[in-house]
Amino acid sequence: MEIFVQGIIKAFELLLSFDAEVLGITWLSLKISGTATFMSLFIGVSIGCAVALNDFIGKRVVISIINTGMGLPPVVVGLFVTMMIWRSGPFGFLEILYTPYAMIIAQSIIATPIVMGISLAAIQNLPPNLRLQILSLGASRLQMVWVLVKESRLPLLAAVMAGFGGVISEVGASIMVGGNIKGYSRVLTTATVMETGKGNFDIAIALSIILLLLAFLINFMLTQIQQRQRPR
Amino acid sequence: MSQDTILTIENLIVKRARVQVLEIDRLDIARGRSLALIGPNGAGKSTLLLALAGLLPISGGSMTFESNPINSRAAFAKLRQNAAVVFQEPLLLNGSVYNNIAIGLKFRHLSRAEIKANVEEALNQFGIEFLAGRSARMLSGGEAKRVSLARAFAIKPKMIFLDEAFNSLDPPSREAIIDDLLAILDKTKITAVLALHDREETLRLAQDVVVLCGGGVVQYGTTASVFQKPADEFIAEFVGTEAILEGVVQSSENGLMIVSVNSHVIEAVGNYPSGAKVFCCLRPEHITVSNAAAGKTSARNVFDGKVQKIIRQAYFYKLILDCGFPLSAYITLPSFDELGVSEGMTLSASFKATAVHVIKREAS
Repeated sequence: MEIFVQGIIKAFELLLSFDAEVLGITWLSLKISGTATFMSLFIGVSIGCAVALNDFIGKRVVISIINTGMGLPPVVVGLFVTMMIWRSGPFGFLEILYTPYAMIIAQSIIATPIVMGISLAAIQNLPPNLRLQILSLGASRLQMVWVLVKESRLPLLAAVMAGFGGVISEVGASIMVGGNIKGYSRVLTTATVMETGKGNFDIAIALSIILLLLAFLINFMLTQIQQRQRPR
Repeated sequence: MSQDTILTIENLIVKRARVQVLEIDRLDIARGRSLALIGPNGAGKSTLLLALAGLLPISGGSMTFESNPINSRAAFAKLRQNAAVVFQEPLLLNGSVYNNIAIGLKFRHLSRAEIKANVEEALNQFGIEFLAGRSARMLSGGEAKRVSLARAFAIKPKMIFLDEAFNSLDPPSREAIIDDLLAILDKTKITAVLALHDREETLRLAQDVVVLCGGGVVQYGTTASVFQKPADEFIAEFVGTEAILEGVVQSSENGLMIVSVNSHVIEAVGNYPSGAKVFCCLRPEHITVSNAAAGKTSARNVFDGKVQKIIRQAYFYKLILDCGFPLSAYITLPSFDELGVSEGMTLSASFKATAVHVIKREAS
């Protein structure tokens, strides 16, 4: 039990002293996961809308693939991205392995199906005639899609939360493609794994508390927006 | 039809999920009139309405809007710019009533002043100025329907399409909205196409009627002609002719036929030959009832009938009579009281030969 108490006390000392390294890791985590979430939002919502609004042969297969992708194991993504950007891989010339860019790519791949699946379901759950109603009022196709996205903003905010929550807390892909390089590609999760391995539970606990706080704060903010706009 | 035509379709074929659901040889929609699309569920009313509004791709045939062929994406977009659809559900967007009504105008990139003027006019037309600032999610069913109608009229369309738009409303709200809609249509002369399944609404709102069945047009004409002279038994039943009696023409002379119905004789106007199998269609509003022995009357048909059932309607009673064949008659509340009508009593039912619409039965 002592190990927990001492760990928590030291963790709070670290947090309150605004340790530069811890702050750096936190800021990098936010940048990488925030960028990946933003990218996945753009790609996921676009493709989710396209699939939801168009009828084509094999649509159900595509939706099944997207839904399967929502549970994509991060280590599989890590393996795939590593092989793609390995020096001898198809994108090896980019030389981005063990960089934050590689981590953003991997996290985007993890978050995109989550955002895509939720967006797709959100658009499909709108009243069936709403699309025709908007078109009948003279909207262009682009204007129609924009209105539908706005109408689905509550589930889309849930998609953002799920996407961000998924990538800020994943560790497998980040270690594999980022390499956990101190001051360069070390994020909260990879640092926690490393410190735990080294037996530095106080730092690991401090990093975990920050991780939890971050996830809570981001979700709290999004929930505020979501609840304020909930139709009564 | 001889009126100025706003929209014409020819050899129209519409498929949904690769299944053909609509095939119409020709339909001319007269400018400034109201056309009702009626028919049983699955007849293709909504599909035709959406196709006419340019909201469904057509698989074959042609459409012409104001003499311009609708044969490209741009032409369909232009048709949609001139049309507005009101669905059964109000389908209001998140936001205020004002923003909901303004949305079609924003799509058209009108100036803020123009949007304000049009929205205020539409709010005023439907008597909902007081709702302008309210959230669209805080409206009653009737208010939401008025907002959806105001949104459609705000863009000043040349055609308005209403897809069973009054279905979900309670009777008082429906009556009030129909009254307002009639006044606005009369004032604006906007061409209206309405998918309806209610006979009374059709009679009130439409000047012309298309009867659809199985994805095709089975009768098209003015509302009066379709209701008074349904083309076949199916339409007669659908438009609400209460009594459809099987009979055989016994004789036919000078435009007056003697038709045998259940060993009774009905006189009707027409000239089908003797022996022809026919349906005699009678509408309850054409039947007069009395409880005295019929004196001299111009009615060619007088029968004694036992009151089997009395059904209270909003402003009158409906009597089901057994005259040897079933007959329905409407009777006002004062007449009901004066005659002292009760179930089981015998009344005299009369109707003119001209009130009988005779349809020739199929050879089978």
